[in-house]
Amino acid sequence: MGSKDGILERVGGIMADTFDLDDLKVTPETTAGDIEEWDSLSHVRLIVAIERAFKIKFSNAEIERLRNVGELVDAIASKTGQTA
Amino acid sequence: MSDLAWLRAPPPDFRARVNALKKAGAGVEAGLELLRLASYRLDENQLAKLASVARALSGEAPQFTPVKVALIGDGTLSLVAPAIEGSGVRHGVLIDVVLGGYNAVVHESFDETSAVHAARPDLVVLATDCRVLGLSRAAGSREAANGLVEAAFTRTRMIVERMGKSGRGGVIVQTVPAPADALFGSFDRVEATSPFAMTEAFNGKLREWALAGGIALADIARLAASIGAERWDDPRHWHASKLPFSPDFTPAYADVIARLVGALTGKARKVLVLDLDNTLWGGVIGDDGLDGIVLGQGSATGEAFLAIQTFALDLRQRGIVLAVCSKNEDATARQPFREHPEMALKEDHVAVFQANWTDKAANLRLIAEKLNLGLDSLVFVDDNPAEREQVRRELPMVAVPELPDDPAYFPRYLAAAGYFEAVAFSEEDRARADLYQTNAERAELMSSASDMDSYLRSLDMRCRIGPVSSVNRARVAQLINKSNQYNLTTRRYTETQVADMETRPDKLMLQARLEDRFGDNGIISVVILDRKGREWDIDTWLMSCRVLGRRVENAILKTIAGYARSHGATALTGSYIPSAKNQMVKDHYEKLAFRLMESSESGAARWRLDLGQYDEPELPMRIEAELAEVEGV
Repeated sequence: MGSKDGILERVGGIMADTFDLDDLKVTPETTAGDIEEWDSLSHVRLIVAIERAFKIKFSNAEIERLRNVGELVDAIASKTGQTA
Repeated sequence: MSDLAWLRAPPPDFRARVNALKKAGAGVEAGLELLRLASYRLDENQLAKLASVARALSGEAPQFTPVKVALIGDGTLSLVAPAIEGSGVRHGVLIDVVLGGYNAVVHESFDETSAVHAARPDLVVLATDCRVLGLSRAAGSREAANGLVEAAFTRTRMIVERMGKSGRGGVIVQTVPAPADALFGSFDRVEATSPFAMTEAFNGKLREWALAGGIALADIARLAASIGAERWDDPRHWHASKLPFSPDFTPAYADVIARLVGALTGKARKVLVLDLDNTLWGGVIGDDGLDGIVLGQGSATGEAFLAIQTFALDLRQRGIVLAVCSKNEDATARQPFREHPEMALKEDHVAVFQANWTDKAANLRLIAEKLNLGLDSLVFVDDNPAEREQVRRELPMVAVPELPDDPAYFPRYLAAAGYFEAVAFSEEDRARADLYQTNAERAELMSSASDMDSYLRSLDMRCRIGPVSSVNRARVAQLINKSNQYNLTTRRYTETQVADMETRPDKLMLQARLEDRFGDNGIISVVILDRKGREWDIDTWLMSCRVLGRRVENAILKTIAGYARSHGATALTGSYIPSAKNQMVKDHYEKLAFRLMESSESGAARWRLDLGQYDEPELPMRIEAELAEVEGV
């Protein structure tokens, strides 16, 4: 399993927690439009939870650029130095 | 302690346990599981999850008091709202937050049809921010700085006054953390026009207001300072989402608010129970002996243990009762208290001393029983993780802080947990620990007295009954809000409401003090009557449990009956409204010869005393009653 798959799995778990959805399935193509609970407020909670879990910080500009879960995973991978 | 280090890390199956609890539904067991789940170090998502199940159980888990809180203020508060609800569980309250609209605090407080008014909240929390208050940018002159501070305070006062009309239990206002970044540097504190000096001045005004009893203060400025201003104040999140502080500290913030709501609801803890070996001194007294234990000046570890003792003594001085719970032979355990020259704690400071080989949960039960307090009044400090686990499993209502390996940090963990949160402080609080102690001595005396009445006579009691006024109002309000057990109706009134009732001709409000040869117990009972027509109704009757069995209730009834008769009343009526904690007064009116009028399945009952049938009893005390001669209606 590539490290991005590992990141995607962890992000999926954090999203399940944040949106309180037990059987949430996420793919790199998932966007906020696909998940009803993903609004601007829970987005803040998601980013905070991800920053805490991966011990990284995003700038507001970086967050504003993200369009789907795949790009979020890419951003995490580059911040944590995993690019495989 | 921004990471709530006194709480354990949550278990991996936290979500599953919350879901299981949601399915299982209400009841005492559900309440205990809710307490266990709340005792973990939860992040904001887990707190929200816990809040959702707490809401589902609301009103059906008898350990908790439901409290409706209106949360209003500046910036985005929707992130902290569910976290406050979840943290409430930890402090004995099921908080239902009614959230004000974004940037609408002034408008909503003035509009009496707004959602926050319409919700009829029990408490209001006002969370203001220095940026919205206009204190975050330097003022152009000293006069302008004064004007800005004054304007910020006036805005706050207007909101509080308007919201106070709906917030029946009062308003919590938070102090405002200053911006992290200095303008002048150290000179900021000196120069009145700096944002730092202006927020300090604003907080000073809040402090005066809280001292006068107008508001309860949530010292968020202090929380931010202890976490660190630069970590607290995160401009990134302010710019992006108007979050007033870094969301990393949402759980810490929510816990501070929740513990204050708990304290205002009478849920603050009262007793510190201490283990001995490796908690109050280094080593094991039974193995190492008096010369072998590590304590006191001369060694870093010995000083750390001494600091734990002096911290406990400081708590005792502010009225927290101390008890000991240790696996030891009794005589061995007491030896350091009696003979070790470095011991700061003496036997005299300890209200209940339990040293034996029985398990700790059983001993904690006994301690609560001897002190006549609920188990949820106890905090148990033990260095041994196994003992902590046993107590948590058996008695989830007892607070058991995690402790680090190094005893140097024990006091910090204990202080940061906020178990003994106070919203007011009086000289009587200071004396409380002594009172519980002398109760133990009275119990000794009772075992030697041949019968109850001669025992009571030997106490040489004097019961003084009088009106409520500004002199004793704070203590009376405190009793009204803290008494759970000996409380017939558990109706809560704020200090402002008490002040109002003092002058109303249709109310009779009295307080009683009890002195005996061991000392003055202070104000120990409050009664409020509605004096309408010829049947006066007892709205509130409560008493401190430490004077249980002293026939104070008989003395009070005798006084009320005499007064009511001479003011044209022919009967007294009273209600018993059952709560999770007031079982002990179920038969209160029956014992006082009231007749049952009606009762419901829930256990609530109405009682009536025909004053024509009432015979004044002989009581083993002197009664000195002095009630105001307000004209009846």
